[in-house]
Amino acid sequence: MAHAATIDHHEDHGAPKGFVRRWLMSTNHKDIGTMYLIFSCTMFFIGGTFAMLIRGELFEPGLQLMQPVFFNELTTMHGLIMIFGAIMPAFVGLGNWMIPMMVGAGDMALPRMNNWSFWLLPVAFIVLLSTFLLPSGAPAGGWTMYPPLTLQMGDTVAFLIFFVHIAGISSIMGAINIIATILNMRAPGMDLLKMPIFVWSWLITAFLLLAVLPVLAGAVTMLLTDKYFGTSFFNAAGGGDPVMYQHIFWFFGHPEVYIMILPAFGIVSEIVPTFSRKPLFGYKAMVYALACIAFLSFMVWAHHMFTVGLPVGAELFFMYATMLIAVPTGVKIFNWVATMWRGSLSFETPMLFALAFVVLFTLGGFSGIMLALVPADFQYQDTYFVVAHFHYVLVTGSAFAIMAAVYYWLPKWSGNMYSERMGKIHFWISVISVNVLYFPQHFLGLAGMPRRIPDYNVAFADFNMISSIGGFVFGAAQLLLVYNVIHCVYFARKRATERVWEGAHGLEWTVPSPAPHHTFAMPPVIEDSQLAHGDTTH
Amino acid sequence: MKSAGITRWTKAALAMATALFATAAWANPEAWQMTMPEGVTQSSHEVYNLFLISFWVCVGIGIVVYGVMVIAMIRFRKSKGAVAEKWSHNAKLETIWTIIPVLILAGLAWPASGVLTKMADTTDSAMTIKVTGYQWLWRYDYIDYMGKQVDKVGFVSRLAKSSNLARQLDSSHSPWDVKSKSGYHTYLLNVDKPLVLPVGVKIRFLITGGDVIHSWWVPDLGWKMDAIPGIVNAAWTEIKKPGIYRGQCAELCGKDHSAMPIVVKAVPKAQFNRWLAAHESDATLDKVSRTAKAPDGKAKTAGHQG
Repeated sequence: MAHAATIDHHEDHGAPKGFVRRWLMSTNHKDIGTMYLIFSCTMFFIGGTFAMLIRGELFEPGLQLMQPVFFNELTTMHGLIMIFGAIMPAFVGLGNWMIPMMVGAGDMALPRMNNWSFWLLPVAFIVLLSTFLLPSGAPAGGWTMYPPLTLQMGDTVAFLIFFVHIAGISSIMGAINIIATILNMRAPGMDLLKMPIFVWSWLITAFLLLAVLPVLAGAVTMLLTDKYFGTSFFNAAGGGDPVMYQHIFWFFGHPEVYIMILPAFGIVSEIVPTFSRKPLFGYKAMVYALACIAFLSFMVWAHHMFTVGLPVGAELFFMYATMLIAVPTGVKIFNWVATMWRGSLSFETPMLFALAFVVLFTLGGFSGIMLALVPADFQYQDTYFVVAHFHYVLVTGSAFAIMAAVYYWLPKWSGNMYSERMGKIHFWISVISVNVLYFPQHFLGLAGMPRRIPDYNVAFADFNMISSIGGFVFGAAQLLLVYNVIHCVYFARKRATERVWEGAHGLEWTVPSPAPHHTFAMPPVIEDSQLAHGDTTH
Repeated sequence: MKSAGITRWTKAALAMATALFATAAWANPEAWQMTMPEGVTQSSHEVYNLFLISFWVCVGIGIVVYGVMVIAMIRFRKSKGAVAEKWSHNAKLETIWTIIPVLILAGLAWPASGVLTKMADTTDSAMTIKVTGYQWLWRYDYIDYMGKQVDKVGFVSRLAKSSNLARQLDSSHSPWDVKSKSGYHTYLLNVDKPLVLPVGVKIRFLITGGDVIHSWWVPDLGWKMDAIPGIVNAAWTEIKKPGIYRGQCAELCGKDHSAMPIVVKAVPKAQFNRWLAAHESDATLDKVSRTAKAPDGKAKTAGHQG
């Protein structure tokens, strides 16, 4: 085996000693990946705490806990933190850890830039979170930062924009690094169409990041000059157009949605075949579907703005384009199901989370199709129906895929097996409570409850109370994830094998568990039987 | 509140059972309501039908996809001795499940396009209302009616006092006690002055914002439209049934976003004619005081006067 040579040569120089040299100055993709994941988890709990406060206020009609302004600060910060702090860094962390090992590279292509992209993130989020201490308070105009409302916020706007710029630079550098690694560092024989789907999903995601983050930076810079330098990009009184901001923002924002879901598709496409013990169905179709979704994501932005008063022609175009996305997405879902068909299934925790992903992401897709119909969207827009929709795709979609990935690769990272029993407890509490949390929100939206309100008519009381109870249980259940990971890393007695999972394929399963500090300093020889999708005939 | 709670919960089971499949429309949000109101206009019926069609199409696809998944999870378990097969693609199958969704989606897009085109057509309206959103109230101006200019009828419509008292942090007034004369819970859905409209008349709305973006939404009319400063959006409705229809601002507009409801009072044409005539004569008498009455006491932009 190729890896044997690799390890013999490199076990001698392990991780650098000392906290500062090992972590602050790290250029190692595994250490940086770990830091990304810890950072993401921290943000997940901070954003989650905000969500608990939000659900606390919404537990009953009337105001009990906070003033409406603070409520608006919480919803705004919850969105920003979960998107830019929890979901995106988690995928970058997983990409950092797994991409070099999956393509047989020694490390990321640009290790020093890797360090910088990570360490910008804590800086960005300190800037963002510090706004709670400002006299003007945290931003309260929604994570979408629409003018003119956001420009009413005082100097917190400058902090918000600075945050977006720093986090954006971090993501752009991360994207460049991933593209450079995948295109230049693959081991000989690892052709593009032999790469694991997770690597493909990240390659496409990285191009999306590169394409749209500068657009967001441009949009918020215009906000900045409107606020402080007297320009009128979005100010109607000066000849500007507030709707133009929405067009620019959603030109970033819609691809951003796919930035948060494509790597999740990749993860699920790794896990389902492993626990079905059967090759991924339609590997090429899966790659083309990813590319197709990414391409279409640039042409559907205005479906976030169906009620701003677009011309009919534009609304028809964006409706058709949006509906078209259901086709490649459907292909992915059908292919996962076909992968399971006539397989030999077992239901370890990663598989459970991956299957919950398929079921519940599909449910979010269904409400997505309903939302795409413009006349019906005139009713759904800006209601809890939308809140339910995007939490199904982002929580039971992206976040569940991240949890699946953590359970799936944790034995490889730590060298220990997590407790299957505790993993399953975490899964079942999460999957039940998350539906108690979000499913009733569909009904609230249909019955007429707008989103982003701290208080509501008593007709909405019952479903809000149910939703809040689900939320509290779901939030508390995530402490089990932290417990399971800490237990696995430090206290578990059961050692993981190289392969870890019976049905696992791919280069990452050919190195020892835990993966040594340096892997593949010598490129491995690729044997087709080792390829992640386990099939070479196409 | 506790005992009221118990009766609500007992009613709930009944309501839940019927709610999902009920075709009856609610005029205003009701406890345990699980579906969209059918509304009181042709457009809102068509929107409701689109909602139902797309919902059942999704249910159908869901049954197939989830059904196959469940069968796979039961039949092909390793613990039951299932042995994995090796195949990994099937061109025919993949083509089929690319084409069938395209057909289903085209089937949904067709009626949606028709409804959209009709809803966008504001021509041939017999009445024009200008709606302006402010932080945090609505202003309504009657522009023309049956081909005639309306003489300065306009007013602001803000949250009713009863709701305003109950919505304060640590208020001693309960949201459950805010009720209309008919006993309907109107907390955060009642105003001091409703927008009075005639039934059976095609009404065009010109919608704009005075400060930030708001969104004018009455679910029973079947649509919402953003009220954006610097832009005048048009929409229309033709209400079929007299009644009181409640809605809310639907675009985050700051601190009191949850406290700027919309109440439409639809009345028979004759009654509306009398109402309008009375207000027109009021307006001529009271011209000076009306123009001086700026909402919220803030300085207003030029757009406000229109």
